[in-house]
Amino acid sequence: MNSLRYEAPSSLGDAIALLAGASGTSRILAGGTDIIVQMETDLIEPDLLIDIKKIPELRRIAVENGAFTVGAAVTGMELTDHVAFCKAWPGVVDGVKLIGSMQIKGRATMGGNLCNASPAADSVPALIAAGAIARIAGPNGTRDVPVENIPIGPGKTSLDKGEIIVSFLLPSRPSHSGDAYLRMTPRTEMDIAVVGVGINITLDAGGVCTAARVSLGAVAPTPLLVAEAGAALIGSPLDAPALDKLAQAAGAACRPIDDKRGTKEYRVKVAAVLAKRTALLALERARQNT
Amino acid sequence: MSGKYHVTTTVNGDEYEYLCEPQQTLLDALRDALMLTGTKEGCATGDCGACTVMVDGTMICSCLMLAVEADGKKIETIEGMAQGEELHPLQRNFLELNGSQCGICTPGILIAARELLYRNPDPTETEVRYWLAGNLCRCTGYDKIIRSVLAAAKEMRGA
Repeated sequence: MNSLRYEAPSSLGDAIALLAGASGTSRILAGGTDIIVQMETDLIEPDLLIDIKKIPELRRIAVENGAFTVGAAVTGMELTDHVAFCKAWPGVVDGVKLIGSMQIKGRATMGGNLCNASPAADSVPALIAAGAIARIAGPNGTRDVPVENIPIGPGKTSLDKGEIIVSFLLPSRPSHSGDAYLRMTPRTEMDIAVVGVGINITLDAGGVCTAARVSLGAVAPTPLLVAEAGAALIGSPLDAPALDKLAQAAGAACRPIDDKRGTKEYRVKVAAVLAKRTALLALERARQNT
Repeated sequence: MSGKYHVTTTVNGDEYEYLCEPQQTLLDALRDALMLTGTKEGCATGDCGACTVMVDGTMICSCLMLAVEADGKKIETIEGMAQGEELHPLQRNFLELNGSQCGICTPGILIAARELLYRNPDPTETEVRYWLAGNLCRCTGYDKIIRSVLAAAKEMRGA
């Protein structure tokens, strides 16, 4: 066994300096629900663990003029217990609620869910549909990156050495907006998505869709933002023809693999069906959000 | 347990100190350094919930937290559940209604159920089943577990 070092810096600058200056394998420890399992099963043998939970800006939920900033190391339980956030972004909360058990949510974070870069991560399609921006800090300063540009393959992100996701920025939203995330799993709990769909829409006063973002999980090496699927809804009242176009676009965007959870054909078919259901849930929420 | 990280933590109201290696888990520290063996290891990968404890009021799997992270935290384990000789209503109902078979999952389920009833004193059967989804029972005695939790909830409500 190599000699592992644990550090828990209390400032972002110290964390970045540690990460940027490290030789060997270093890992960021947020909730640990992936990293500690990977260590326990000898998938990784890090030389340095940097615990980011003592850095205040990573642990904060703030709202200003309707826009939320959620620290990357806020736990799932803290987020799902946050009444104002649940009201504003029910679809993001749908995704977070599906991350593991209650015990897992006591530790797991959206930053970790994103950086673990599983194609099936439940909060990621919901964040992409929401138009969430990841604020990244690193040795060369801060940059803001749309969440869909962070995962680049299974287990791989676009973050450079020394960079840390600080927070997620979720914009203020017009009235008549609603979002939803649904996933298909063989069991109802404690399972990994066969397909996940996040949809975020805005309606005008007449109930016509003016903006829509559709994201698919578990059907490609990374979660996808499917522009054609969003476009299928815009200009419609989410009636049957629009939902059929959405389903068609969602199915066409899939580039899935066969695995023990489902075949390629099954995933494509489920993505189309689940996209319709998710759109109807987002629609119901948008109508209620006046 | 020899180690290079010195940790001071509170467990069930008592202050403890231990030395740990950075890769050791809180579960290891509780069982091997503090000899608090009520908390069980099932899977060691966060799937089974046998190692469930409370840390600063949040329910977690102690196999998925490092021992070094417990510094300055308040931990609650199954050893703190009974008040002296007097069992918690959940413990008593598990005994009376056979909610415990081999017993390995029981400490984790009791901690999880107590947190559920703290948040929701009158849960439906479905709510109990979903809340306990992260606690596996290899004896598959789920029905009696759920009935024991519901009976304890009723008793605690004074209903």
